[in-house]
Amino acid sequence: MMVPSDEIREKALVVEDLVLYFQLTHGIVQAVDHVSFSLEKNRAVVVIGESGCGKTSMGRALTRLLPRNVNRYTGKVYIDGVETMSMDDETYREQVRWVKISQVPQAAMNALNPVLKLKDQVMEPLLLHEKGITQEEALERVHAVFDFVGVPDGFIERYPFELSGGMRQRVVIAMALITNPAVIVLDEPTSALDVLTQANIYNVLKRIKWEKGTSFVLITHDVATSSELADDVLVMYAGHMMEHSSAGEFFTEPLHPYAKMLMAAVPKLYGEEELQFIPGKPPSLLDPPTGCRFADRCPFAMEKCKVEPPTFRVGDRLVKCWLYEKEADEIVSSPEALAGVSA
Amino acid sequence: MGFLKSFFRELKYYPSAIVGTLIIVALLGVALYAVIAIPYHRAVYLWRGTSEVWYRNPKMVPPSWVNYFRTKKLPTTIDLDSRKEGEVQRTEKKLGDGKQIELTYEFDYTADEFPPEIVLYFYPTYAAKQPFVSGEWITPDGRKVRLGNFIVTQGYSFHMGQDKDLARRVRRMLHVDIPADIGLLVDPASLPKDTSQPVDHKDLRPLKGHYKLHLSIITFSPQDEVQAELLVYGGVYGIAGTDHLRRDLMVGLLWGTPVAMAFGLISALVIGLATMIIAAIGVWYGGVVDDLIQRITEINMVLPFLPILIMVGIFVSRSLWVIMVVTIALSIFGAGIKSYRAMFLQLRESPYIEAAQAYGAGNSRIIFLYLIPRILPMLIPGFISAIPSFVFLEASLAVLGIGDPVLPTWGKIIQDAQANAALYKGLYYWILEPSVLLMVTGLGFALLGFALDRIFNPRLRQE
Repeated sequence: MMVPSDEIREKALVVEDLVLYFQLTHGIVQAVDHVSFSLEKNRAVVVIGESGCGKTSMGRALTRLLPRNVNRYTGKVYIDGVETMSMDDETYREQVRWVKISQVPQAAMNALNPVLKLKDQVMEPLLLHEKGITQEEALERVHAVFDFVGVPDGFIERYPFELSGGMRQRVVIAMALITNPAVIVLDEPTSALDVLTQANIYNVLKRIKWEKGTSFVLITHDVATSSELADDVLVMYAGHMMEHSSAGEFFTEPLHPYAKMLMAAVPKLYGEEELQFIPGKPPSLLDPPTGCRFADRCPFAMEKCKVEPPTFRVGDRLVKCWLYEKEADEIVSSPEALAGVSA
Repeated sequence: MGFLKSFFRELKYYPSAIVGTLIIVALLGVALYAVIAIPYHRAVYLWRGTSEVWYRNPKMVPPSWVNYFRTKKLPTTIDLDSRKEGEVQRTEKKLGDGKQIELTYEFDYTADEFPPEIVLYFYPTYAAKQPFVSGEWITPDGRKVRLGNFIVTQGYSFHMGQDKDLARRVRRMLHVDIPADIGLLVDPASLPKDTSQPVDHKDLRPLKGHYKLHLSIITFSPQDEVQAELLVYGGVYGIAGTDHLRRDLMVGLLWGTPVAMAFGLISALVIGLATMIIAAIGVWYGGVVDDLIQRITEINMVLPFLPILIMVGIFVSRSLWVIMVVTIALSIFGAGIKSYRAMFLQLRESPYIEAAQAYGAGNSRIIFLYLIPRILPMLIPGFISAIPSFVFLEASLAVLGIGDPVLPTWGKIIQDAQANAALYKGLYYWILEPSVLLMVTGLGFALLGFALDRIFNPRLRQE
């Protein structure tokens, strides 16, 4: 295995040229197509995009929770400085899952085993990954982590069905947290919850970030709520990474036409602007168009867009659009070049 | 524990479950009692049934309680043994080199039917010359019938119904042709007036009253000794009756219970669990493993189950435990795999399974801690309902003639009855007793199984 450079080792997550294709009976779905980005320690990247644009698939590619019909799964993923794509499944399970990267799944409310008590459930990752830990030590850690995410102590003897949705969500987050991983992938952690509970959960997540220094990959299409936590923003469209910026810059002025239109479709608290929508629908990933995948719906589409744009670096930001060809500082299509670029 | 408590609280609301549980508890109690009261080796010894064990029992007679339902009462066995103190009057006097022993057997005969047999068993010890016996039968109305003179050897028995001389003397006394053991007890008033007509046995009545048998024994050496036992066999016996080998059916019925329970419980439990585990493994690993399990199941399902068992019974071993192992082996890859697989396939895609995978749970952990416990509640009612089917299977095999050669089982009792034409001879008790036990067993487990199904399967619940 290639020894990663110091630069990579200092980052929580480095993704280089990640590809994940699925095999269906009638073709290949290009769910994640050559995505590269990196994430500093103690930061949160929000992955946004429409439904079916490859957000969840990318999260799964990171935690290697793949369905059986994978066609192509390549690239390099460094989690906490360790290259994981070259590991076999068993090594990955033992050394990476929950040790370096944990995950709060999409349907977090159903992610608890209905026949296990919460304490046994939350203890599971500890018992699996910290060999030789005693039941008492594990229980102590469960108490601590429950306290941290705000689950009342008495709940540890309960079964999942005895909890409200918000509490279950906290339990699932507690479980993701218990082994102190470097990165937590949150796949729409609040999508089934009401706004008050959402706010509570985000407060918990913020607290984790501040106090534990954990990095987050937050997959969502709720741009407004996720801005609470975001340090970086990654815009995905039809399997491609369209833009990668720091949150401040992104929310002030998105670069990519798709990102601009996406932001225009988000309701604002102040102001009377009418909400915009993006006409058309995302292309089928079974047979994506050649060239820029957004070109069909893009008001700025040009002749050049029939050729797939490379990823340009504009300042600290990455954008995959021909519009920025002139102001670009650099073309970062090659993965090696990307590793040196921090967002 | 809390689970069990709430489970039993729930069970209370189903009267059928209470009845079922009571039946099962009673059966288990009987099984336990049988194993403790009649240890295994004793049970096998009794059921082998050599004549020394059972000679005092009448052959193929119904249980004693049938007398409660009859107007003409059947006799119970009268057993008078000179070796036992006080049962027989005995006098001895010296006579030449040896001695003369006088034995007087006295008994009251009150039944309305004749005994099936009357037999005298002799237990002589002698130096050289066999003792000489003459006997006299005295009826309540004072008639005397000479039994004849005979010499007794070791193990000699005198069957009154089979002795030709006695038959001739009885015929001479009564002027009709009837067996001697009936003739000795018959009421002369019930005999037909017209002696030229053949006798209708239905009209014959025994004479009730005090009978005496007088034996006069001469021995030829002072050390010689003769004891004799008179057995007037009854027409009923015990709680369960007897079979063609004079065996008390109670032994077979009692010991059939633990055998049936063990066969049913072990088969159902092993098959249920193994099927579930194999189905879970197949679903979880998928691919070649699943294909292999499914193909084995399909092949196994078209194999003829009963003929294979019969072949094993004939060519390999008829031992109950061998048959059980073969039954289990053939049943594991059965229809259960298919239905469990359908449940597991659905479960495999649950978010919590994926979550478990995400936090690094290994394959076996997922199978045993995440997949199987979810299906387990479905297994329990099925398991309870499956028990009687294996009890019936064991009985069916025994009826087909591949029952265990040494152990008494309910099925073997039915097979014995069938082989001895019990129904043709009107010996219904012989078939009905084991059949009722089988049916009660099935009923008990079915009642409990249905209730459990309601408890564990909320869709069937009546709110």
